[in-house]
Amino acid sequence: MSIQTKGSTMEVNNKTFDAGQTIKHFVARNGALIGLIVLCIVLAICAPAFLTGANILNVGIQAATTAILAFGQTFVIVSAGIDLSVGATAAISSMIVAYTGANMGLPAWSTIIIGLLAGAFFGALSGMANAYLKLPSFIATLAMMSVARGLTLVISDGRPISTSGLVNFFGSTIMGVPIPIVTMIIMGIIAAVILNYTSIGRSMYAVGGNMEASRLSGISVHKTQITVFILSGIFAAVAGLVIAGRLHSAQPEAGTGYEMDAIASVVIGGASLAGGKGRISGTFVGAILLAVIRNGLNILNVSSFWQQVVIGLVIAFAVSFDTLRRKEDAH
Amino acid sequence: MTRLSLVGVSKIFGNSKVVDNVSVTVDPGKVHVLLGENGAGKSTVIKMMSGIYQPDEGHIEIDGEEVTIPNVDAARRLGIAVIHQELNMVGELSIMENLFLGNLPTKAGFVDRSTMRSKAIEALKMIGLDEDVSKPMKELGVARQQMVEIAKALMQNASILILDEPTAALTQNECQQLFSIIGQLKAKNVGMVFISHHLDEIPKVGDVVTVLRDGQYIDTVPASTPESELVKLMVGRNITNQYPRKAAERGRVLLKVDSLNRAGAIEDVSFEVHAGEVVGLAGLVGAGRTEVLRAIFGADSYDSGEVTVDGTRVAKNSIPQSIAAGVGLVPEDRHTQGLVLGASVADNLGMATMIPTAKFGFVNRSLQRNNEGETSRKLNIHMSDINQSVGSLSGGNQQKVVFGKWTMAHVKVLLLDEPTRGVDVGARVEIYELINEITAHGGAVLMASSDLPEVLGMSDRVLVMSGGRISGDMPVSEATQESVMSLAVSHMQDSDSVDSHSNSADIPPKGLTSDSLQNTYEDNREGVLQ
Repeated sequence: MSIQTKGSTMEVNNKTFDAGQTIKHFVARNGALIGLIVLCIVLAICAPAFLTGANILNVGIQAATTAILAFGQTFVIVSAGIDLSVGATAAISSMIVAYTGANMGLPAWSTIIIGLLAGAFFGALSGMANAYLKLPSFIATLAMMSVARGLTLVISDGRPISTSGLVNFFGSTIMGVPIPIVTMIIMGIIAAVILNYTSIGRSMYAVGGNMEASRLSGISVHKTQITVFILSGIFAAVAGLVIAGRLHSAQPEAGTGYEMDAIASVVIGGASLAGGKGRISGTFVGAILLAVIRNGLNILNVSSFWQQVVIGLVIAFAVSFDTLRRKEDAH
Repeated sequence: MTRLSLVGVSKIFGNSKVVDNVSVTVDPGKVHVLLGENGAGKSTVIKMMSGIYQPDEGHIEIDGEEVTIPNVDAARRLGIAVIHQELNMVGELSIMENLFLGNLPTKAGFVDRSTMRSKAIEALKMIGLDEDVSKPMKELGVARQQMVEIAKALMQNASILILDEPTAALTQNECQQLFSIIGQLKAKNVGMVFISHHLDEIPKVGDVVTVLRDGQYIDTVPASTPESELVKLMVGRNITNQYPRKAAERGRVLLKVDSLNRAGAIEDVSFEVHAGEVVGLAGLVGAGRTEVLRAIFGADSYDSGEVTVDGTRVAKNSIPQSIAAGVGLVPEDRHTQGLVLGASVADNLGMATMIPTAKFGFVNRSLQRNNEGETSRKLNIHMSDINQSVGSLSGGNQQKVVFGKWTMAHVKVLLLDEPTRGVDVGARVEIYELINEITAHGGAVLMASSDLPEVLGMSDRVLVMSGGRISGDMPVSEATQESVMSLAVSHMQDSDSVDSHSNSADIPPKGLTSDSLQNTYEDNREGVLQ
């Protein structure tokens, strides 16, 4: 047995405070956060424009959509799944909001509820395909990504539809307070509460860690799997509102490729694609880190083509750092 | 002349000395047995021999000269090869390709198949294995795969062979084959290190035994040392009673199973388990023991029949309902079915009660934390901290966590499937004490086990299953190894009813002697351990 070396005989009898050890431990466990802080310091020195109030809010607004999608994605990844459809779900739900408002004349508040329900619905379909048809989530949501994007184009006929004032509120800045950032924070708190304090949230960790052991402990695996995709769908719908709100319209191509940023944020935040591990705070740091890198490179006048290269390297670096740390933990 | 010696080696991880000042010597033509409970440091010692770890203190000598072994490759060049418990092979590739894995003979950049074939045939001949070398590896049984690994090591001129629990996955007959190969290798002056949890194998293969405990070197004794003496050295104390069953007062019927049927697995199974009673469920692999437990628990469905727990009928195929009725299952494989290895001890203990005690969907954290702390103390789980990941505990402590999950849920009926598999002697007794505790508090226990002495030692009543049916039901006082075994194979004597899932290779001939029955039983017992 490989774990034998760390067996029961191990005793932590050395409880004396060791500052070096503690710092090392903290750095190892919060690599993404340290990376973010270092990056911010470097940018503040190299580009004075970075550390201005306006720019910081700008970074926050840029991060908001990715972060909201990534919070939803965290549920799925913790449960050992993956959701490739979040970008497309954001698009279809915001398109449904815009369509029911502009073309069907429904009251603005009800269109938002319909939009959120649409996100939940598409999530539920992926979840049921995963739970009952035993489709791997990668396949189920790959299919859903195509279906949802296609339906968005069908509904909109490939043209943007303008949105109501209430939707535009989600992209606006009221008295200096950017609503996307507020929305992100609220969704982050909701996600953290679900993941840490509710039985369904704790079940996600259990199911992601060992599905069979969870089932044999009375946890409903199917219910958990479907719930995570419903939640991911709802979070995607909220992100869709923010995207549409900022553009004052629902765009048929909105959110294309956003699933990759969402997944990257979760993974940079320390979650394991094997399931059972992940934190909302980590995901948040991951999303902010991506936004800071993009923003910093913009300020430094690096072309957007090179930005993609840098983002790719950051993902590879962050995850390999994490993998190495885990290996070290396991001796 | 000593080939390999570890001289006072230690290995430190973090704050703990996993191996502390251990000396071991390996002589040509001798088998040195390393003995110790899980966590005693055996694995770490062989990892130092094979270059995976380097000793933090002490040193390694080869032929009397001090060497450092920086990696596995260096160990191989020094003639040291390890046959791991999990074999390193590619099932889809042929035997010869596996023999030359990473080292394919080539001619002008292309694989030289004729050289590979002739060398492979030669290598198999060396250990007397008669197989077509172009056969895919996966078509061989575990024992033969292991022999191929040994052949590979010898082909690379290994003169020291480290066998890490080689018999864990073998049947009795396969073990005999392995032992005869070990005998041949001894004659060829190969020095061997042998690790096994089966004490009875030690006098059969070993020359000397070094006992480790908690990373410390305890003693080196001849392999002929009596088992009880070896256990004492391993555990550090006398185990006076291996099966400390304390019979409890028998109360009302807590579990009633009535004509349970599932096509191809269970046939007309009926029995009762009373409060305070431990009922042992014996039988061969494939007799339907696990299937019965899983059906009662709701993990698998069944075609007809009824399960009643303390007077309440339990719906089939619903684990949450079974748990609500007071049933718990300690499954046969704790790693894949019992625990979330990456999660903490606390989270694992709380897994069965988290949902039933939740309020408005929120986990009742203070209640759970309290109960988790209390359970871990009561069960004497050895850990540094309740937030430690369960995967870092020893096998026995992991099993206690699985038990704790159900004692925390206050189950009335506990179903145990191979409760002490892979658990050390010392921890095993602690688990038996837990069973006593459960029945003393009026619980009922149904224990399926392939370990016949355990069934006879810990049960109040024994049920024997054979071919999906109950073939015997007797108080433990009337049960003997022989009577249980002949009931366990009773369906096989009636050749018409040999069912599909009994392993046909293991069906003994008619006119069974108690000896051959014993072997059949043992073969099956070993077979489970894969």
